[in-house]
Amino acid sequence: MSDPHDWAPSVPAVPDKRPSREHVLAALKATDEGDPNLVQLLTPEGERVSDPRFDHFAGDVDSAALQELYRDMVLVRRFDREANALQRQGQLGIWVPLLGQEAAQIGAGRAMQPQDMVFPSYREHGVAWTRGIDPTELLGIFRGTDHGGWDPLATRFHLYTIVIGNQCLNATGYAMGQRFEGRVGNAVGAGDDGSMNEATVCFFGDGATSQGDVHEGFVWAAVYDAPVVFYCQNNQWAISEPTERQSRVPLYKRAAGYGFPGVRVDGNDVLACLAVTRWALEECRTGNGPVLVEAFTYRMDAHTTSDDPSRYRLADELELWKLKDPIERVRVNLVREHAVGQEFFADVQAESDALAARFREHCLQMPPPAPDRMFANVYAEGSPTIDAQRAEYLAYLESFEPEGSLAGAGGEGV
Amino acid sequence: MRREFAMPDVGEGLTEAEVVTWHVAPGDTVTVNQVIVEIETAKAAVELPCPYAGTVGELLVEPGRTVPVGAPIIAIETAEAAPAQAAPADEAGAKIGEAGKDGRIATLVGYGPRPGSVQRRARRSPSAPPAAPPPAVPNGRHVRPDLPDRGSPVAAESPAAGPVPLAKPPVRKLAKDLGIDLRSLTGSGAGGVITREDVEAAAATSAVEPAPPASPAAPTVGGVRREPIRGVRRATAAAMVSSAFTAPHVTEFLAVDVTETMALRDRLRGTREYAEVKLTPLAFVAKAVCLAARRTPEVNASWDEAAGEIVYYDRVQLGIAAATPRGLIVPKVRDADTLTLRELAAALGELTATARSGRTPPADLVGGTFTITNVGVFGVDTGTPILNPGEAAILAVGAIKPSPWVVDGELAVRTVCQLALSFDHRLVDGEQGSRFLADIGALLTDPGLALTW
Repeated sequence: MSDPHDWAPSVPAVPDKRPSREHVLAALKATDEGDPNLVQLLTPEGERVSDPRFDHFAGDVDSAALQELYRDMVLVRRFDREANALQRQGQLGIWVPLLGQEAAQIGAGRAMQPQDMVFPSYREHGVAWTRGIDPTELLGIFRGTDHGGWDPLATRFHLYTIVIGNQCLNATGYAMGQRFEGRVGNAVGAGDDGSMNEATVCFFGDGATSQGDVHEGFVWAAVYDAPVVFYCQNNQWAISEPTERQSRVPLYKRAAGYGFPGVRVDGNDVLACLAVTRWALEECRTGNGPVLVEAFTYRMDAHTTSDDPSRYRLADELELWKLKDPIERVRVNLVREHAVGQEFFADVQAESDALAARFREHCLQMPPPAPDRMFANVYAEGSPTIDAQRAEYLAYLESFEPEGSLAGAGGEGV
Repeated sequence: MRREFAMPDVGEGLTEAEVVTWHVAPGDTVTVNQVIVEIETAKAAVELPCPYAGTVGELLVEPGRTVPVGAPIIAIETAEAAPAQAAPADEAGAKIGEAGKDGRIATLVGYGPRPGSVQRRARRSPSAPPAAPPPAVPNGRHVRPDLPDRGSPVAAESPAAGPVPLAKPPVRKLAKDLGIDLRSLTGSGAGGVITREDVEAAAATSAVEPAPPASPAAPTVGGVRREPIRGVRRATAAAMVSSAFTAPHVTEFLAVDVTETMALRDRLRGTREYAEVKLTPLAFVAKAVCLAARRTPEVNASWDEAAGEIVYYDRVQLGIAAATPRGLIVPKVRDADTLTLRELAAALGELTATARSGRTPPADLVGGTFTITNVGVFGVDTGTPILNPGEAAILAVGAIKPSPWVVDGELAVRTVCQLALSFDHRLVDGEQGSRFLADIGALLTDPGLALTW
């Protein structure tokens, strides 16, 4: 067993030839360090390296485009940190930090075309950013005033799904619909912009791969050739459970069992994530879907603000991953290979601080939604039952004295 | 303008949190998102960033106090002017004023929004005409007028009248099991909620003297305080029990005349090299342990039951048991045997300061090979220390104090310290344990001996 990745579980001819448990566990992480199975275009040291399979898909990324990717990641990280602070100040009920996963999300998000559809889990703040959703629009969910305020059809970004892995079913169904409606595999003529071909991207984590919904999604997508990119951000931890409690094969290899390709990409390398996702989307749009992408990354903060990772993982693991920071390597590359000056980085920093200030201000000023809001979008065209409930609820609220005659301290939710 | 920062719920449904350490003091300038305090909840230790920029006016909660979520913990003077019409803030302002007169901490602790302050908007009086007749809904149906008024104000105004007062389901179950009528109790919890303690107190009262019903909350029956076992306490308990029942402990004692060592310490303290470090007797003990362990490697080893092997360590990873506000933790000095006395002293100073402030990283708590516990700092002469699991020996250092001592057949006053060494008899025999302890004693009695080793 020289290469653990060549190991295919089968009945061994000679019992000794079975890999040891340690061998198998090592394989879950082995591609993290210079393994040919890991697609990488930017090393942690910021050096642009070549990958004959995927270089082509990042060929158009010049200095300006790379600067845009850098800017995306810095802004996303900045508002993520601000949201974390707002939770600690009692302004949000909970926050789900994306720290460390900026490259995995920005790379995938920027690979999409406007017509592609996205089904996120609940950590995809970076992907939301690339779909043009203002970060302030995410706040309602975490402040408990809204279930998500953006229009999923207009933004092509579904509402956050909290149930782990559940969105794989929705995404697969949606992608099957794209296929049934003939929006896959159309010949692109000279004057066409290619927008008649679509794909779906489904985001989930390493923990979700253990869910039945994900398995079902894989099965259906495979047998219906659905144009869906299953984009798994393997951030190594499902709350407190490590990947070795999810799988005995590297996650991207699971795709083979369903009959579609799986690729492992350095999830902290925004360029590689962009290239691999572009490839995967092209496969799907041309009718070769589905595809599994495992973005190998790391959750540098807690699972959520309610979690304390110091109780289950050692600090040195985090220190190790800090050396692979997704933003730092782009910064180094911009300086070394594109001679980008300090001014650019200062500008981005200033822009991110301004974004954070606007984000904070919006959070503090957020009005509670009108009481009838929760009845508004239950059905597309209304329903007598819901209408009656709305009327009853509004009448109930009307039975109170007006706001001015508050009997006690304000601000206390009932 | 004075702004107060209320204890947030940092973990989905927590009701209280303990203030562990303040990182700022009154008068300090703070910026938005500057870390100002560390708190500990049932779920996690968390650093809180400041929501306002300004000057710290007052810390409203002392470290070590647990306060309910919503209680103000710090007041910050911000640059912005107070709003002209302070109408909605009036209520809160009055409370703060009262608190200031009454004394800072006493009144503000336990002051959250919940105790008695869950107030609802008044209902329109029943005599008034209904504000809006049930509005016609688009499909022509009407809201049924016979629907029960679920938020009946009667219930809110006189809680004792009919319905059972608020209590959580497990508490209701407990009351039922103990035969306590919840209606007879006054809740001491937030918003008048009946707590487990209320029910238990009532049960205790009714058991002892069945006559007086519903005496106003008697939480001090028997003067018992119950605290959940958690965090460091739980980890300590598990480690100690596992150690005590796995490793056969032997403890040996030795009283040592450390007069020479203390004299050496005083001389060294005056030198430039030691100007920057706090040279404690513990540093000498640590040095002596490292030197002695070189002659008795059995004490720097561990018993690997699973592998059926004894593991001897080349280096000494020296654990120092430290009492911290959160309980006992044992951070390690790495490769202590390679350090000079000065380096040891510096490392110990840093280690204990980090531990006391609760910032010891998890990585510093694992992988020890030998432990020193300095019970002397509590004025105690000696004890029988329990091994840190996985280690072969542990040394307790008692108080260093003047004692009668026989020198050359004469009684003299010398500086004396008691040492106690516990070792795992599975891998350390009496001979080795005794030699090790005697070596430490000899080095502390005559530090010059170190030259000869």
